[in-house]
Amino acid sequence: MQYSQKVMDHFMNPRNVGTLENPSGVGEVGNPTCGDIMHIEIVVKDDRIEDIKFRTFGCAAAIATSSMVTEIVKGKTLEEAEKITNRTVAEALDGLPPVKMHCSNLAADALHEAIKSYRQGGAPEASIEKGCCQSEPDSACQQGMEINLPK
Amino acid sequence: MKSIYMDHSATTPVDREVFEAMVPYYTDIYGNSSSVHSQGQKAYRALEESREKVAALLGAKPNEIIFTSGGTEADNQAIITYLAKNPKKGNHIITSAIEHHAVLHTCEFLAQQGFELTVLPVNSYGEVEPDTLRDAIRPNTALVSIMHANNEIGTIEPIKELAAIAHEAGAVFHTDAVQTVGKIPVNVTELGVDLLSASAHKLYGPKGVGCLYVSKGVRIGSFMHGGGHERNLRAGTVNVPGVVGFAQAAEMAMQRLSSREAPLAGLAKRLTDGIFAAIPNTRLTGHPEKRLPGSVSVCFDYVEGESILLMLDNHGIMASSGSACASGSLDPSHVLLAIGLPHEAAHGSLRLTMGKDNTEEDVDYILKVLPPIIKNLRVMSPLGQ
Ligand code: FES
Repeated sequence: MQYSQKVMDHFMNPRNVGTLENPSGVGEVGNPTCGDIMHIEIVVKDDRIEDIKFRTFGCAAAIATSSMVTEIVKGKTLEEAEKITNRTVAEALDGLPPVKMHCSNLAADALHEAIKSYRQGGAPEASIEKGCCQSEPDSACQQGMEINLPK
Repeated sequence: MKSIYMDHSATTPVDREVFEAMVPYYTDIYGNSSSVHSQGQKAYRALEESREKVAALLGAKPNEIIFTSGGTEADNQAIITYLAKNPKKGNHIITSAIEHHAVLHTCEFLAQQGFELTVLPVNSYGEVEPDTLRDAIRPNTALVSIMHANNEIGTIEPIKELAAIAHEAGAVFHTDAVQTVGKIPVNVTELGVDLLSASAHKLYGPKGVGCLYVSKGVRIGSFMHGGGHERNLRAGTVNVPGVVGFAQAAEMAMQRLSSREAPLAGLAKRLTDGIFAAIPNTRLTGHPEKRLPGSVSVCFDYVEGESILLMLDNHGIMASSGSACASGSLDPSHVLLAIGLPHEAAHGSLRLTMGKDNTEEDVDYILKVLPPIIKNLRVMSPLGQ
């Protein structure tokens, strides 16, 4: 298995790592396939993602996709950001090894969760509660499920 | 850039002397050891001399050694053909939850074929406790297979006691000794095992060759069919250069084993102590004392193993991990789960297995590089803050 240079670059020098002082939205998803967790915070101003930070517990692909997704959407409108898919992220990284494609699910999902939480009033906890795995066992599990964080 | 190899449980480099011993058997003495002519005779002599050397390392008789393509084949042959050849001994097999897949998957395959299988749990150090075997064994238990030492966590199993329990119940005992042969003393008589698998490439020999020890009087069969090599027990032209390399490696291991053990254990201690001193929220996996010399295996909370490996590799350090993300299958190591680690902890697994060429300098270099790597990854992690 080999990662593209872009993946290695984003893994070794991840952009936008950390948390935000007053996030307007927070999204967090976990991956049932291998057990990793991704956390994204956004600051929204005039319908644009003014700032974005992530923290990820996962492999190089998971870290690189998180980093890449933050880079792609920073400055974009919410509408534009909502259109970002897992594929967009994987392609921006010049592809991922097949066994690692599921890692890219997390990044876009976490972003969408953050936007959703902003639209719902920005309560950070709001987005972490729902477990899609229970409601739609098949499709949702493959997409990445939300989990409750060990605090 | 530095290049520090610390993955000796995966494989080792071929020793120069081993390589040199092998070369003539590719180019000059290339005969098939089964051929009648003088080329064949020379190859045959080399094969039999090699058998003596490998037998000596194991404390076995030469005619108790069958050369195979490696540890995996030896495991498969031992388990499958013993059961096939001894149907009256019963249809129950026992193994442990931390076996190498060469044993575990072989036993699971047999279970699908109708054998009854018991997979013994281990304690938190990864030891198979003799009482668990005693409780599991039955009159119809034909074979017990427990590894000598675990490849991931380094724990050495109480084989002597376990084998005695198997024998009391009339079962044969197989051990996968791939990790121990050449690293610690392995004597088949002392251990009391009936079948034992070994592999050359773990002791500075070549890949693609190993052996199965079969105690006199234990009946096994051929695993592959098609030729009378290895006393009808292993079809296929013998890999004479490989076998010669294996024998050379065995001979060298025998001479140097005792002088290598203590320094390796010392390096492992230095590395382990250093890691624990510098990195909080770390757990040792495997037994603190009863472990392979040179094996360090730990789990760092809140970070993931593949990320650690790639960061280390970026600094020239080569290691391995039982993390789900680092395995092609995306399952965390069955060994780490068997010792009771939660999924998230197994995620942060790092295994450093040292060999004869590793030095204190290597250890100190890792101790310089590793703590900031873990720290950076933890900053990046949403857990544990
Ligand atoms: S995070 Fe587990 S494989 Fe990518």
